[in-house]
Amino acid sequence: MNIEEIRKDFPLLENRNIAYLDNGATTQKPIQVINTVKEFYEKYNANPHRGAYTLSVEATEVYENTRTKIAKFINAKHREEIIFSKNATESLNLIAYSYGMDNLKKDDEVVISIMEHHSNLVPWQKVTKITGSILNYMYINNDYELSDEEIEAKITDKTKIVGISHVSNALGTINNIKKIVKYAHKKGAIVLVDASQSIPHMKIDVQELDADFLVFSGHKMLAPLGIGVLYGKKELLNKMTPFLMGGDMIEYVYEQDTTFAPLPNKFEAGTQNVEGVVGLGSAIDYIEKIGYDEIQRIEEDLLKYAREQLSKLEYLDLYLTPNEDNHSGVISFNIKGVHAHDVASILDSQGVCVRSGNHCTQPLMRFLGIDSTCRASFYFYNTKEDVDRLVEALNKTYNMFKAYIK
Amino acid sequence: MEDLTDIYNELIMEHSMNSYNKKKLENVTCSEIGHNPNCGDEITLELKLNGDTIEDMAFSGHGCAISQASTSIMIDTLKGKTIGEAKQIINTFIDMIKRETKNEEELEKLEDAIAFRNVSNMPSRVKCALLAWHTLEDMIIKHDNSTCRGD
Repeated sequence: MNIEEIRKDFPLLENRNIAYLDNGATTQKPIQVINTVKEFYEKYNANPHRGAYTLSVEATEVYENTRTKIAKFINAKHREEIIFSKNATESLNLIAYSYGMDNLKKDDEVVISIMEHHSNLVPWQKVTKITGSILNYMYINNDYELSDEEIEAKITDKTKIVGISHVSNALGTINNIKKIVKYAHKKGAIVLVDASQSIPHMKIDVQELDADFLVFSGHKMLAPLGIGVLYGKKELLNKMTPFLMGGDMIEYVYEQDTTFAPLPNKFEAGTQNVEGVVGLGSAIDYIEKIGYDEIQRIEEDLLKYAREQLSKLEYLDLYLTPNEDNHSGVISFNIKGVHAHDVASILDSQGVCVRSGNHCTQPLMRFLGIDSTCRASFYFYNTKEDVDRLVEALNKTYNMFKAYIK
Repeated sequence: MEDLTDIYNELIMEHSMNSYNKKKLENVTCSEIGHNPNCGDEITLELKLNGDTIEDMAFSGHGCAISQASTSIMIDTLKGKTIGEAKQIINTFIDMIKRETKNEEELEKLEDAIAFRNVSNMPSRVKCALLAWHTLEDMIIKHDNSTCRGD
C-alpha cells in the first residue's frame, strides 16, 4: 500500500492540515475502526455475559472473539491469558496490587528502569513501601541504553519482580527484553513488560519473549481510548487474587463470603468497555492488513530521515541512542536554552503537534538533568513532509528566540 | 494557525531570558515556592515589605518563557504598591487571563503585564502565565494571617 492510500483511511488526517507527531500519546483512528464501533452500537449492543436473549449472546460473542484474536495476535498460549482493562496503567496496577502485594516480602527487591513511565513506577513505590520490600533502578548509559552490566548488577538473587518498558516513551530506546527476561528468570524473578510503545510498531510474541506479564493500551495502536490489555501466564494469573470486585467476576456470593469466577472473568469486574474491545479487534485487523513488516519498513525509513534532518540542526539537543537498531518511534529534543513548552506552542502555531513536558518520566528527566523535552513521535501514516514541516517550524522557533538566548 | 509573535514579543522575550529581577534579596519578609508539576516550572518569589508597601521583590527558578516573563513583569508592576493595591491588580490579571474582565480602566493598572492578554487564547499556557501571580496571592494570604516565612 502506498502512504497516500493509507492516509485516506484516517479521517482526522484528512480533516486537519497538521503534522501529527504525538503518536506516542495516542494514534489517530482509521475509518475501519470508527465504523466497527458504530456498527457495534447499531447491530450488537447489549451487555455481554448477562442476557439469555440472542442479542446479548451475540454481544458476548463479539467480545470473546476479540479476546481470541488478541491471544493469537501476541501468540499467547491460552485465550484466557488475555484480560481486558481500561489501559496499560490499570493493567500495571493490577499486577502491582494482585501479584506484588501478595508475593513481596520484607527485603525482597523490585527492579525497574529509570526510563519507566510513572505508571510502571508509582504503583511499585506504593507496594514496596507497604510490603517492606525495596525498589531499585537500572540506569541508562551515555547512549541512553541499559547495558548488560547494569542489568546484571541490579537484578540479584533478592529480586522478585522486574518491570521494564519494551520501548521507552521518552527516549525511544528499545530495551533488550529477551536478555532481561532470561537473566531475571535465572535469578528467580518474574518479569512484566510494558509494551505500550512497542506493540504499535513491532510484532510481539509473548512466548518468544517469555514475559510473565505484558501490558499495552489500545489507543496507542489505532483502537479507541479506554481499552487496555493485560497478558499474564495462566499459572500466575490463576494464583492471583482479584483486583476489582463486583459483578461478573464471581462464582457464588454469600452474605459474608464469595468464590470467584475462573480466568479471565476473575479480573473483569463490572460491565466492560465492549465498544473498545471490538474497536481494538478492528485495529488489529488493520495492522495485520498492512503487516508489521511493511510498518517497520515505512517507519525505519521515516525515522532514519527524521534522525538525519534533526541531527543537522546544531541548535538542538537530541536525547537519542546512536544505535539505530535500538531505536523506535520517538525522538526527544530541546532547542538549547529554550523551554520545551515554548517550542511546542510555537510548533503548534505552525501546525506541528508534538508533546512537551516530562512525558510522565520525572525521575528520568531528573537523571538527565533536564526538566522537560519536546517529543516527536511517529507512526506509519506519517510522511517525510511531516518531518520537513517539523524542521521548518523548528527553524522558525529558533529564529524567534536566538537573539535572546543567553 | 495563530501567529504567536504577539505573545513572544520583545518585552516578554527580554524579561524571560535576561531578567534583572532574577536575583536574591536580603532581609526578605516572605519567600514562597510556586510550581506547576505538569510542566516542571518552578519559581521562588521573595517579597520585601516596608510596612504595608512592597519595597522590593525578586525571583529565582526555571521554566518556560511565559512563566519567567510573567514573574519578572509582575515584579515590575507591583513594586512600590501597597498590599491592598497589589491584591486588586493580581485579581485583574487573573480575570484578564481567564477572560473574565474587559474593563479597560482596570486593565491599564496592569502596566506591562497587559502583554499577556493573548495568553487567554492559549489554554495550554494559562497556567504558565498565572504561576507567579497565584504564588504571590498565597504569600499575601499568609502575610495577612501572619504565617509567612522569610529567610
